[in-house]
Amino acid sequence: MRTKTRPSSAGRPLHAGPLTYVLLGVATLVSLFPLYWNVVAASHSGKRVVTAPAPLLPGPKLLDNLSYAWNQVDMGEALINTTIVASLVAVSTVLFATLAGFAFAKLPFKGRSMLLALVVATMTIPPQLSVIPLYQIVTDLGWVDQLQSVVLPSLVAAFGVFFMRQFLVEALPVELVEAARVDGAHSLRIVWHVVFPVARPAMAVLGMLVFVQAWNDFFWPFIALTPEGSPTLQVALAGLGAGNHTVDHAVVLTGALLSTVPLLLVFAFLGKHIVGGITAGAVKN
Amino acid sequence: MATSVSARDGGPPSPDAPPSRPRPARSEDAARRRGRLHRWDVKAAPYLFVSPFFLTFAAFGLFPLLYTGWLSLNRVELGGDPQWKGLENYTDLATSEFFWNALLNTFTIGVISTVPQLMMALGLAQLLNTKLRGRGFFRVAVLAPYATSIAAATLVFAQLFNTDYGLINSALGWAGLGPVDWESSKWPAQIAISVIVIWRWTGYNALIYLAAMQAVPHDLYEAAALDGATRWRQFVSVTIPSIRPTILFTIVVSTIGSTQLFGEPMLYGGSLGISGGSGNQYQTLSLLMYEKGWVTGALGQASAIAWVMLLLLLLLGAGRVLVARARARRTKLEG
Repeated sequence: MRTKTRPSSAGRPLHAGPLTYVLLGVATLVSLFPLYWNVVAASHSGKRVVTAPAPLLPGPKLLDNLSYAWNQVDMGEALINTTIVASLVAVSTVLFATLAGFAFAKLPFKGRSMLLALVVATMTIPPQLSVIPLYQIVTDLGWVDQLQSVVLPSLVAAFGVFFMRQFLVEALPVELVEAARVDGAHSLRIVWHVVFPVARPAMAVLGMLVFVQAWNDFFWPFIALTPEGSPTLQVALAGLGAGNHTVDHAVVLTGALLSTVPLLLVFAFLGKHIVGGITAGAVKN
Repeated sequence: MATSVSARDGGPPSPDAPPSRPRPARSEDAARRRGRLHRWDVKAAPYLFVSPFFLTFAAFGLFPLLYTGWLSLNRVELGGDPQWKGLENYTDLATSEFFWNALLNTFTIGVISTVPQLMMALGLAQLLNTKLRGRGFFRVAVLAPYATSIAAATLVFAQLFNTDYGLINSALGWAGLGPVDWESSKWPAQIAISVIVIWRWTGYNALIYLAAMQAVPHDLYEAAALDGATRWRQFVSVTIPSIRPTILFTIVVSTIGSTQLFGEPMLYGGSLGISGGSGNQYQTLSLLMYEKGWVTGALGQASAIAWVMLLLLLLLGAGRVLVARARARRTKLEG
């Protein structure tokens, strides 16, 4: 998908000069400093964090703040909730998006191009447009503060369908599907034995992207869940940060750190694949 | 798996199969049935496969979208029954200074977050598109902000931008500049919020540009170099035109994103977040909608704001189509 169509002479880059390294160093510093400072702030007392000038080096309070955030503000439960939501959303999106992407890429059916255009068009609809009725539905069903109110609307997303379709158009030879048909395999069997094995790398990338997105999702969870009920990390953080002026900012930032570290670990180990996935998903004209 | 599937493929004899047929015809019949099943499978499977998306969209996207449109024509309180009001919610918006303020703020924050973000992403992509030691490290490092949630990023930046003790004002002080009021002054507050957006998305866009740049044939650069073009000239005359579709894609995505800005201004303002600061100086349309719907309890008015957002996006889309058509006509004339 990425390298196949590239002309052989493409992408032979120039050598980087010293200025390139300096500028990239600055960019790296700017990217990483807020994350570093988050660690610093989470390791000081709330009082120290709000004393000028704010600390630049780590302090001694990290464990205190962690245990406070874990036990008093229940970030532990929020962490579990977020893991459940993000995992369910990622698994179902990957599954349904692969099925739909396969149909759009390789199966002939009436209305295919029109439906695909519709899928792409839905990507531009802002979530604000559906939030009010959704909130009423969720209230009527008694689902406020229940995780399914966040999971169900995200079972599959247009981006995922489009992503898998783009991948399968090139990666799955149509002869493979036809051969399986001639052998008498029906569609689900073809999906299991032909499509899934071919699509596996793209499914992994899509799964990671969707997981990150679901982990960080804010607008709808903030409306459907409350910090006092069973919040996701982002909702819990909003509850911590939007309070009155007696907020302990060190604890707030410890919560922020707790919500960021799992994803940063994922990035540290799988960064290359995620980089590949982002570029593969976007650059297809 | 395989056995159960093939068992179903062959299928048990269906009850409505005529029992009086002679034996050789039975296998013929089974074959015909199998053929019918096969044809049905080929026809129905695609629809079955795309149906989860469309069912989810219908239930949680399309129906709410239309229902929001209907609600926007009513007076609806939280928990109450709708009362028909016609276009009153919209005419109220047109005369509401809060609405125009929020619309303008959405626009200005959108511009000062999107334009520098995409320009810096282009530059960053150009830097990353060189023969580089540690390019894997640099790529992951500039992408790290993307792993940070809106909530976490905003809470960190709210501290960095604090007027009294924040590191940014301290740094300005060390540089011999006076402190800036990043909270209550309009432009500094809007800039601070834009910085959060820029920080989270620049690396992401840079990687998208990088992938597009790597697909530009190198011959073009060689030809340009032979003509005596400097690196800057090559960037402007070869790279940018070659990746124009990708640039357009990122402009569309960022524009859509900036019309929906909600979490950053809300959490940046702390207890004043929902109203967008003490003087609504950074209240966006999404924030105003939330305030109307969930603080005031006027869901009809909130729905009208949501539909105005849709209309704005449609206008932007129409504008884009017109521009594309004009360009196509121009190239046709020139060609």
